[in-house]
Amino acid sequence: MVTFDWEFAWEILPQLLEAMVVTIEATVVGFAFAAVLGLLLALGRRSETWWISRPAGAIVEFVRSTPLLVQLFFLFYVLPRYGVRLPAFVVGVIGLGLHYGSYTSEVYRAGIDAIARGQWEAATALNFSQRHKWTKIILPQAIPPMLPALGNYLVAMFKETPLLAAITVVEMFQRAKIISSLTFRPLEPYTLVGVLFFVLSFPSALLIQRLEARFGTR
Amino acid sequence: MLPPFDLLPTLVRGLRVTIGLTLAASTLALIVAVIAGVARTSKNPLISGIVGFYVELFRGTSVLVQMFWIFFVLPIPPFNISLSPFLAGVIALGLNVGAYGSEVVRGAIQAISRSQIEAGIALNFTPTQRMTRIILPQAMVRILPPFGNLLIELLKSTALVSLITLSDLTFQALTLRQTVGRTTEVFAVLLIMYFLLAYPLTLGVRWVEGRRVWA
Amino acid sequence: MVQDNDRQDASGPMIRFQKVKKSFGDVHVLRELDLDVATAERISIIGASGSGKTTLLRILMTLEEPNSGVIYVDGEPLWHKKVNGELVEADEKHLRKMRGKIGMVFQQFNLFPHMKVLRNVTEAPIHVLGTPRDKAEARAKELLDMVGLADKMDNYPSQLSGGQQQRVAIARALAMQPKVMLFDEITAALDPELVGEVLGVMRQLAHETQMTMLIVTHEMGFARDVSHRIVFLHEGQVLEEGPPEKIFTNPDHPRTREFLSRVLEH
Ligand SMILES: Nc1ncnc2c1ncn2[C@@H]1O[C@H](COP(=O)(O)OP(=O)(O)OP(=O)(O)O)[C@@H](O)[C@H]1O
Ligand SMILES: [Mg+2]
Repeated sequence: MVTFDWEFAWEILPQLLEAMVVTIEATVVGFAFAAVLGLLLALGRRSETWWISRPAGAIVEFVRSTPLLVQLFFLFYVLPRYGVRLPAFVVGVIGLGLHYGSYTSEVYRAGIDAIARGQWEAATALNFSQRHKWTKIILPQAIPPMLPALGNYLVAMFKETPLLAAITVVEMFQRAKIISSLTFRPLEPYTLVGVLFFVLSFPSALLIQRLEARFGTR
Repeated sequence: MLPPFDLLPTLVRGLRVTIGLTLAASTLALIVAVIAGVARTSKNPLISGIVGFYVELFRGTSVLVQMFWIFFVLPIPPFNISLSPFLAGVIALGLNVGAYGSEVVRGAIQAISRSQIEAGIALNFTPTQRMTRIILPQAMVRILPPFGNLLIELLKSTALVSLITLSDLTFQALTLRQTVGRTTEVFAVLLIMYFLLAYPLTLGVRWVEGRRVWA
Repeated sequence: MVQDNDRQDASGPMIRFQKVKKSFGDVHVLRELDLDVATAERISIIGASGSGKTTLLRILMTLEEPNSGVIYVDGEPLWHKKVNGELVEADEKHLRKMRGKIGMVFQQFNLFPHMKVLRNVTEAPIHVLGTPRDKAEARAKELLDMVGLADKMDNYPSQLSGGQQQRVAIARALAMQPKVMLFDEITAALDPELVGEVLGVMRQLAHETQMTMLIVTHEMGFARDVSHRIVFLHEGQVLEEGPPEKIFTNPDHPRTREFLSRVLEH
């Protein structure tokens, strides 16, 4: 009977930790992209110009309604056919950012909608510029209550980074796959990857719960 | 350019698998979510503890890792449980989405005010009757929209089974790409097919959110 | 375990509190409270905010467990079971049997929002008492008619005013035919213009039934009209009790006088 081989696990741990750096890089860069793109999409959807608001809305609806994995394949296989050759990691980060940008845009939208009407009217009454109204009045109020929801998507994205393995990025999960196929031992690498995901995401989730309690919103 | 009708027969074969997988996994997820969600509100620390462990385990790790674990690790000793790719997909997606769903159920149950339970006690309902006649029907209204969203997430996650060799929609598209080429067309059609599956669900969720008979 | 030294018989009171203590943390809400309520008696419990009125009713409805003391309802211990002449803590089965004797109307109505008015009233008779549906519905219609809401039975509670909801809640509690009814400030959550309709139903109830009633209220005029006895609660004990004429015109205790002058001012 074969059981968990601690020695083997110990042996492969450094390789997994090394690959975890890639996982974390993808998460951080991907989420930064998603955060910015989401804001642009949210503002775009609010635009009074239909040829901005309509496409922004359509992008959000379409991206949200299709699988991240398929979007990754699309970017990975289709872009090069039009001369856009990017490293797999970059394609992966763009895919993550695009997909989660469509989610964060909804968070921004709800957050902006939650600002009381009086605030807009006060800003208009005081004759602030459009730019000043957004950067000094609306967003500073809207963003703190959004943080828990954004945090949840950050953790969700982190847990979806293994999908990058499907487009050849050697992140933590891909590393485990490689180890497993080289050694014919799937138990230790896959279990370790699971544990590593857990030790990062579970505390983050708890942290977000505290944020949620603090801002008192959902 | 002609519409890529010739690609459809292959893709539709995959579509059937995707739909079957979605139905089976969401049924499992629904059952698991309700049972685990109710059990987690139990006063018995053993029950709520075990269920809490399951929920956090599946929410804390990645669904793809879970699927690979179920498909590649379970067949070896000491487990010796070999599952077909379809079954592995159903179990992984069902348990994963079920864990998220149980949190929805738990939250909805806890959102029912204590006074509703007390009214139930004052009318001498049994604890089971209080759960089935007073709490769950009220919780249902809060549960439906998030469950709809989870169903959409589940549908999208079915694409992952292509990575454990199940010939779903995505798998067929990858095969087509290799056999006929025409990469752009294949993936464009694939994206549109997923959109046509998921978007009606989105609209359904919005419709449900927009109406509630009482309160 | 407590010795059951005071055996109750059919001629005894409907309700008896014996040295009942209840505290929440360091807050002592009931301090060895003693109180008897006779069968078919209507008492109004008055007292300052925080004096323990709600807690007293909630303990009777088994929503809150006392720390010590014994309570008898209809000759049987409420929170205890007799085993070989000794009182041991009651189990859920005993509590359910005792709850059948008691009904309660809450300050916040607590109607079931997902059920129409008629079903709010029939749900418990059908599923707890096992009354056949047609009988339960006929009875519910009678009760709704009595509280003046026969025309609202197909509405959801949210479509009713507060006063109407509270009248439904009264009908719902009556449908279970309890021996004892508890009313906890049932007009406190209502707009002033809706108080009258609910008190009207209560007055009618007082005239037409022989139910034992414990009423917590701040409506002193109403308490005076419908009660056989007024009980003044102060810091978790019955400080003074007596017929309404006596308590409202010539109370013995300076604290009672002080309380009444404060509430009767406006
Ligand atoms: N569940 C609880 N936990 C902690 N303290 C409580 C709880 N319920 C009641 N108390 C406290 O017990 C005391 C008595 O409360 P109770 O509700 O019985 O007073 P009351 O006489 O009904 O007052 P009011 O006229 O304001 O309704 C109060 O100090 C209250 O804060
Ligand atoms: Mg009170």
